[in-house]
Amino acid sequence: MPDGGLELKTGRGPGLSFGRILLYVALIAAAAFFLIPFFVMVITSVKSMEDIRTGHLISWPRQFTLEAWIKAWGSACIGVNCVGMKGYFWNSVRMVVPSVILSTLIGAMNGYVFSKWRFPGSETFFSFLLLGCFIPFQVILLPMSLTLGWFKMAQSIQGLILVHTIYGLPFTTLFFRNFYVTIPDEIIRAAKIDGAGFFRILWRVVLPVSAPIFVVSIIWQTTQIWNDFLFGVAFSGSGSQPVTVALNNLVNTSTGVKEYNVDMAAAIIAGLPTLFVYIISGKYFLRGLTAGAVKG
Amino acid sequence: MKGSVPRRRLFYFLEGGLPRLVLAPTFVAILVFVYGFIAWTAWISLTNSRLLPNYKFAGIAQYVTLFTKEPRWWVAITNLFIFSSLFIAFCIILGLILAVLLDQRVRAEGFFRTIYLYPMALSFIVTGAAWKWILNPDLGLERLVRQLGFAGFTFRWLVDSKMAIYTVVIAAVWQSAGFVLALFLAGLRGIDDAIIKAAQVDGASLPRIYWRIVIPSLRPVFLSSVIILSHIAIKSFDLIMVLTRGGPGYSTDMPATFMYAFAFNRGRLAFGAASAMVMFLAVMAFIIPYLYSELRGTRNA
Repeated sequence: MPDGGLELKTGRGPGLSFGRILLYVALIAAAAFFLIPFFVMVITSVKSMEDIRTGHLISWPRQFTLEAWIKAWGSACIGVNCVGMKGYFWNSVRMVVPSVILSTLIGAMNGYVFSKWRFPGSETFFSFLLLGCFIPFQVILLPMSLTLGWFKMAQSIQGLILVHTIYGLPFTTLFFRNFYVTIPDEIIRAAKIDGAGFFRILWRVVLPVSAPIFVVSIIWQTTQIWNDFLFGVAFSGSGSQPVTVALNNLVNTSTGVKEYNVDMAAAIIAGLPTLFVYIISGKYFLRGLTAGAVKG
Repeated sequence: MKGSVPRRRLFYFLEGGLPRLVLAPTFVAILVFVYGFIAWTAWISLTNSRLLPNYKFAGIAQYVTLFTKEPRWWVAITNLFIFSSLFIAFCIILGLILAVLLDQRVRAEGFFRTIYLYPMALSFIVTGAAWKWILNPDLGLERLVRQLGFAGFTFRWLVDSKMAIYTVVIAAVWQSAGFVLALFLAGLRGIDDAIIKAAQVDGASLPRIYWRIVIPSLRPVFLSSVIILSHIAIKSFDLIMVLTRGGPGYSTDMPATFMYAFAFNRGRLAFGAASAMVMFLAVMAFIIPYLYSELRGTRNA
């Protein structure tokens, strides 16, 4: 009997019934639907332009070539700058790392207070903070760009770090608060009776069990900030554009011959870091998604 | 010995103030950068600011222009309705079907789930670039189907101002359906097996059990999905920018791209701010009741 649950759920006999086969056919068809676009990207990126013009979307490359990848990384023209994605990729890294660390650490402290050191008004503040997860950012774009100008941070990576840290805080705080709520209050009370204070309880009781939620928060923030386009396009300048803005400019460049293989290689380059994070930690990624989705 | 009592008092005072102190930076940041900024945008939307902000009150003129004299805004609103209704409907149908299929004690469930969900890890710019290539009117899908033997096949939605908005729907559904699947799967896992077994004992067929018992009990998941997807739809900006740039013409404009075009490219601050405020109020109109009920629910529990 291949599957113990089968009998239980369908009430049918053992073995592969017609229904079971149909089920797997449907699941595999759905998998193909999700995978084919990525397959098209990869296969296009290793073709020559000649091959692309004579073949079709999923035709096998007559000759594999990494030319498009080399060009996408180092010399493709993004606007008037023919420097490839390389610099923009590192801009994104320099933007993502500090904003993820800052927003996660501050979020952890906030979540600790909101769950274990409540004071009159803290719940109300939390509700107002929560609303920050939902505002359409168009409503803060204009004042933010003026403010970044006052801070002399317009069009800089520092400015983007500031923006991503601030607007990440509602999410990271929510993650940590909801996680710390599940630590029994009795443990905290016992620690207080033993004379432990705010930081000692944090250090000795709370942080040692926090690894999973740190992973969730780091993954969520990394993918959100890496994938951001709105803040990138509104607040960056030519030297600080993140990779998503560069990719958009590359794909929508209308001068010269369109090189679809270079476009696809550049798109994969821009997508690889988050895809990698997703594949090595899918479970935590999912937890972030659902935690970010179902509030409370 | 004498000094220790006041010192301890000071310690307790600090200890009592510490939680507030820890939250203070976030409090200030949220107050200024969220609520203060919203107030600023609201005020600017009531002025005549163009390239630079001017704070002289001018009434609701911008809103009147927006809704009565700007055909492009109505295109954006119409597109938003077309896009969000199709996007939400298809995501929920596809997500629900896949969740039910995956819930049948499937082998390699984790493998399938990983595949269905991976587009969520990618930026809309990346997936938009891929779809732009796949839907390319010359070398994309049209060429593929023609080479498979259907010589007369045409598929030029991307450059057809009537159909371009549907290409955005295709790409967005492909990207977000896995997310809805994950929500529904979590909901299905939360249903008590005893209810299903009892129905089976009564002789109900599997489709009937799903239709009559399981799916109705997923109502909260439907609600969350609709709320989250609507929210994604109203905010959608990236996908449009990369896939169609709002074109051909402004036929695929949405409120988010409209706001960006007027506020940043055309230097009409007050007008852009007014469109942003409409977006904000629209989101708040359904988010606040939702959050309110969610928060109340968890507090009472």
